[in-house]
Amino acid sequence: MRSTFTRRLVLPIAIAGVAGLGLTACTGDIAAEDAADVDCAPYEQYGTEFDENEVTMAGTIVDAEADRLIASWADFATCTGIEINYQGSRDFETNIAQLAEGGNAPDIGIVPQPGLVALLAQNGYLRPAAQSVSDNVDKFWSPDWKQYATIDGTFYGAPMLASVKGFIWYSPSEFEEKGYEIPTTLDELMTLTETIAAEGDHLPWCAGVESGGATGWPATDWIEDMVLRLHGPDVYDQWVTHEIPFNDPRIVEAIDAAGEYLKNPEFIDTQSIVSTPFQEGGLPILDGTCSLHHQASFYEVNWGEGVNVAPDGDVYAFLMPPAEAGGDLQVTGGGETVVAFHEGDAIDAVMTHMSSDVFANLRVSEGGTVSANNGVDPENASSPLLQQTIEILQDPNTTFRYDGSDLMPGAVGSNSFWKGMIAWLTGEDSQKVADDIEASWPAA
Amino acid sequence: MTTADLIGKIIQVVGGIAIFAAVVGLVLFLVDRAPKRGRDFIQLLAFLAPALLLLLAGLIWPAIRTTTLAFFSRTGQWIGFDNFVWAFTQPDALRVLGNTVVWVVLVPTLSTAIGLAYAVFIDKSKGEKFFKALVFMPMAISMVGAGIIWRFVYDFKSQGREQIGLLNAIVVAFGGEPVQWLQTSPLNTLLLIVVLIWIQTGFAMVVLSASIKGIPTEQLEAAQLDGTNAWQRFRNVTLPGIRPALVVVITTISIATLKVFDIVQVMTAGNFETSVVANEMYTQAFRANEPGRGAALAVILFLLVLPIVIYNVRVLRQQREIR
Repeated sequence: MRSTFTRRLVLPIAIAGVAGLGLTACTGDIAAEDAADVDCAPYEQYGTEFDENEVTMAGTIVDAEADRLIASWADFATCTGIEINYQGSRDFETNIAQLAEGGNAPDIGIVPQPGLVALLAQNGYLRPAAQSVSDNVDKFWSPDWKQYATIDGTFYGAPMLASVKGFIWYSPSEFEEKGYEIPTTLDELMTLTETIAAEGDHLPWCAGVESGGATGWPATDWIEDMVLRLHGPDVYDQWVTHEIPFNDPRIVEAIDAAGEYLKNPEFIDTQSIVSTPFQEGGLPILDGTCSLHHQASFYEVNWGEGVNVAPDGDVYAFLMPPAEAGGDLQVTGGGETVVAFHEGDAIDAVMTHMSSDVFANLRVSEGGTVSANNGVDPENASSPLLQQTIEILQDPNTTFRYDGSDLMPGAVGSNSFWKGMIAWLTGEDSQKVADDIEASWPAA
Repeated sequence: MTTADLIGKIIQVVGGIAIFAAVVGLVLFLVDRAPKRGRDFIQLLAFLAPALLLLLAGLIWPAIRTTTLAFFSRTGQWIGFDNFVWAFTQPDALRVLGNTVVWVVLVPTLSTAIGLAYAVFIDKSKGEKFFKALVFMPMAISMVGAGIIWRFVYDFKSQGREQIGLLNAIVVAFGGEPVQWLQTSPLNTLLLIVVLIWIQTGFAMVVLSASIKGIPTEQLEAAQLDGTNAWQRFRNVTLPGIRPALVVVITTISIATLKVFDIVQVMTAGNFETSVVANEMYTQAFRANEPGRGAALAVILFLLVLPIVIYNVRVLRQQREIR
């Protein structure tokens, strides 16, 4: 009797013991950083007394990028005593509206799309940003950026990181060898394309738009770049806010302009665009089977180990040129917005800090990304391309426009625009595609 | 996470389980002590209530909520039947409904037919178990896994490059040009359907084979003595004998087909005109931020599944009455 009893107990205890040991492996005991080791001068303005010193935060940033993000506010947390619990999830965008509706939203959200910020604000889930955040944004960002977080006259939150789209990747060594010049106008870009095509040993362009559920999005960047460069920021704004219809002749003209590259079998392998993953789209540049690839600054991470991304390296990128020589730089890009779902003095302190130049410099120094904050020292960027990106963003003559598909309602910007691009790349003509996308624009 | 956090969480879990056990114990104790009058009723209520509450919270309430959501716009305004009008007029949405019809017609009929033929042919053969396992195996693979496997089979690389897709490798080996299997409509929908048939045939085969074995040998022998040939025996003895199993198989596969999401989502994400109702429901509600349209599609899906379920229940009930 006694022995059966012990036998019965031994197994559960053993299992519990093993599980316990296994779980301890998950914990990372970090000794609380000693406030004395940190220079707290930049953070004195926030004080150390708060009603509630725990702040929850969520966003789409995960893995290494999340570690860098957390590292960049570590000093702030140590000095102010605010504990920031960040939880990253790739599904943040899809879930956040449901979470907010159920009252389970985090205190602070890092929202990657201004369209989603607008939707959350219109549904009354967001709290207006504190005056200190607004002052910081006035001070450190161009007005272009502030307007994207202002919905119906209320300002909701500061931008965080940024990326610039419309880069054209190329091989500096090939350009030097063959004597190609970096084009300064769209006409020159076409001439360059024709020159490369005429040499005949490979196609000038390569592209890939396959991206699972989001297949088609890289092509929308082409259209956005063309609209902005051919017709200017005003038409661009009217287009994304639906003041002019999607099938406006000027938009169709821009689609046709992109089609001169993307749909010309002499310039690009038109057959494989829709089935090539976007991550692999530009790789043929490395083996010399293509010369030009249109993709955002974040494509830098896709080149792989050992590829030198530099003006004299294996690959580098120039910004898609303006229509006229010497014109102002016009760039499209993206970035996150930091918004609050709840009120609190600690939340305000965190948001104010995240809108400051101190935070932006810390985050940029961690590497891999840039900020449009004009207090950032370009020297802090982790690569030549990122440094160039910061300089473009900080240039007062640069017109910055947010990625258009991110600003349009979800039904267009992350559905029919993508699908339209697929249809367009597989043979549909520009007018028909524009008509179909226009028809899908949700009423009001 | 620090060790202190972990200990805190473990205490929470253990505490939660303890509270749950205490509540259940208390309920059982009280039920046991219930007054003699109406004890049956109280016991019935106490044992059914948890299940009913969970059904209410997990099934009935969401169903009501989804149905109401279908009549509201993205911004929460009442828009009547607009979402349904959209579902039945927009070319894209019509395509989705059309595709779903093709799926529901082809998958149950083909997988049942193939499964039945296979079950009949290998019946009482040497190595029957082995042949059965062979066809049943895909059933054990998750839909997402199957989708990924078949996406590789259909993979396309432009001409001149090495084909990693089995199908294109064969085509190229015979001197053909590689085909964009998953990008060419309507071929791609049929190729996706093949994947579900591949999965469901095993299910049909196993159930039907068991049912065939249940047919009394006397009936078959009697038919044989009457001079029937094999086809006549199959047509007039086997088929009527396995009718209940056939109904279950066809209805089960039909419902699985109506709900198909994973295969489409993994292989084409509904692009290239391959979307079906369940996939489009997700796309509209979560990607396009149009929960109303998603809910409308969910309601349509529910209405499509309903008659099949009712038919299934009715046939099963008739069978029970016969017995």
